[in-house]
Amino acid sequence: MNAPAYNFAYLDEQTKRMIRRAIMKAIAIPGYQVPFASREMPMPYGWGTGGVQVTAAILGPNDILKVIDQGSDDTTNAVSIRKFFAKTAGVRTTTDTHEATVIQTRHRIPEASLGEHQVLVYQVPIPEPLRFLEPRETETRRMHALAEYGLMHVKLYEDIARHGHIATTYAYPVKVDGRYVMDPSPTPKFDNPKMNDCAALQLFGAGREKRIYAIPPYTKVVSLDFDDHPFERYRHDASCELCGAADSFLDEVIMDDSGSRMFVCSDTDYCETRRAAGPALDSQQSEGAHG
Amino acid sequence: MYVAVKDGERAIENAHTLLAHERRGDPQVPGLSLAQISEQLALAVDRVMSEGSLYDRELAALAIKQARGDLIEAIFLLRAYRATLPRFGMSEPVDTGAMTVRRRISAAFKDLPGGQVLGPTFDYTHRLLDHMLAGDTAVAQPQSVPVQADAMPRVSDLLAADGLIEPSPQPDASKPVGDLTREPLSFPAERDLRLQNLARGDEGFLLALGYSTQRGYGRTHPFAGEIRLGEVDVEFFAEEVGFAVPLGRITMTECQMINQFHGSATQAPQFTRGYGLVFGHGERKAMTMALVDRALRARELGEEANAPAQDEEFVLSHSDNVQATGFVEHLKLPHYVDFQAELGLVRRMRADFEATADERLAIQEAAE
Repeated sequence: MNAPAYNFAYLDEQTKRMIRRAIMKAIAIPGYQVPFASREMPMPYGWGTGGVQVTAAILGPNDILKVIDQGSDDTTNAVSIRKFFAKTAGVRTTTDTHEATVIQTRHRIPEASLGEHQVLVYQVPIPEPLRFLEPRETETRRMHALAEYGLMHVKLYEDIARHGHIATTYAYPVKVDGRYVMDPSPTPKFDNPKMNDCAALQLFGAGREKRIYAIPPYTKVVSLDFDDHPFERYRHDASCELCGAADSFLDEVIMDDSGSRMFVCSDTDYCETRRAAGPALDSQQSEGAHG
Repeated sequence: MYVAVKDGERAIENAHTLLAHERRGDPQVPGLSLAQISEQLALAVDRVMSEGSLYDRELAALAIKQARGDLIEAIFLLRAYRATLPRFGMSEPVDTGAMTVRRRISAAFKDLPGGQVLGPTFDYTHRLLDHMLAGDTAVAQPQSVPVQADAMPRVSDLLAADGLIEPSPQPDASKPVGDLTREPLSFPAERDLRLQNLARGDEGFLLALGYSTQRGYGRTHPFAGEIRLGEVDVEFFAEEVGFAVPLGRITMTECQMINQFHGSATQAPQFTRGYGLVFGHGERKAMTMALVDRALRARELGEEANAPAQDEEFVLSHSDNVQATGFVEHLKLPHYVDFQAELGLVRRMRADFEATADERLAIQEAAE
């Protein structure tokens, strides 16, 4: 019972080929959920096994990997996944958004705009945007096949009727390339516009649900809305207290037990880059300003 | 304060060291050997092998030790290891009719060819704590009789001879056996995939579902036609030599449930089957698997299907405890980005509510 010797990036080549085939199909049909034979990974389902399998399948020895969770490189699960690939693939890792060639993310899209040399890999818990409207997979697959998305529009309409606005704040549904309604994973809707016409390839992996989907570079991605209730981004009405950014998505941090709080950038690399560039940098000039 | 979320790397390493320390417990107490776990916690090992889909007592014992006795965690360890193993092919179907039986009971017949063999069972023990076991006392030598080969036909085969029970479904030789660890499960699932899913499924989940069918949620009128425990040969057809080569013997528990069926316009009334088969000694799991297997055949048999245990998508999508525990426990991961987004929405909705409070009051007063 010696410790097993693992292949480059953990997965065996046969499995990687199977995943790459699913990725190719996903790129060919933007927004369509391709079933794939997800493997049991050495981390729990729900902790990024889909993203990890996609990353493992596309990673080459010259890639530079960045892993973020909640926008941060230092959250425990991001550290854990980064270490996993540093150990099993020996690839160089980074926290620098520009430098990375593969960025695996959970719940955020980096503030800095991405380039053609980059792939953004999303960890997806529930890939089916219609799941909470219709629990049956047999039924939702049929709805996608017929592009029967009325139910989703009814849901959004009911939000407006009840609350006066659409009450979905994250995992806000989008339509990809005018065809498939897609779940962007639980990113805040603030990030939705970054998916549109993005230079980087965007891949989505759902391990437990055994689905892969993709947005090819420069694809039209539209957040669902109505003419009289257009899609709105949301961010806290504040600036980052560390770097002063007024355009980034903010985390609220509770400072003490009397409820005082501060707002800081959720994207730690964005925040650190701005601080390193000096306090005078105002958010309007920052290169990360996007859409 | 903000730096609290930093230093994740050091925190993880320290947590791992602490976990290893806690796992070992008091170093004055001798450490467990894998043989002790395998021999004395044999049913835990059986469950881990069964739901871990890997027949290896030593690795299962190691997983239990590493998981500190958390069986779902041990199952997970074994599954993750299994996923990395190369596969050479499919074994031949095991012949449970040729099993070297250690236990065999039928609740449907008082006596039958081969007889009832009680074997090692908790069934008729009085559940009184045995304080003698706190020490390592010697146990009496059990009596044994030689096994008679070919003396124990399966009860379902006896019934089938008279056409009283539906024939055991024969696999279509032209189709490969499904494997949900290699192809994603899709619905409707064929019998091979259904049984594979149930065999890997969580014992507790299936137990509750099986129990629910007995309480009227998808009733199937089951009889324990036969439960047998023993050793079976595993054979592999080797192309090079042109015949099946024995690979070894494994312990299995099989349960054949016999269920009532009233017949339909096209079919004469006859009994139907529910089938359970697990690695090692796992009667509870085999029985409940058979109950759920039969319940899931409701549509196939033209029965009304509105109970949870009859709902294929519901049962097969939620039976896997490694998947279930992962997704439930992932709620421990940070969700502050989505939570912040929700917080913003709740604040906005509360502000709207406050702003229109006077308006609502006026409407209420006008109504009164």
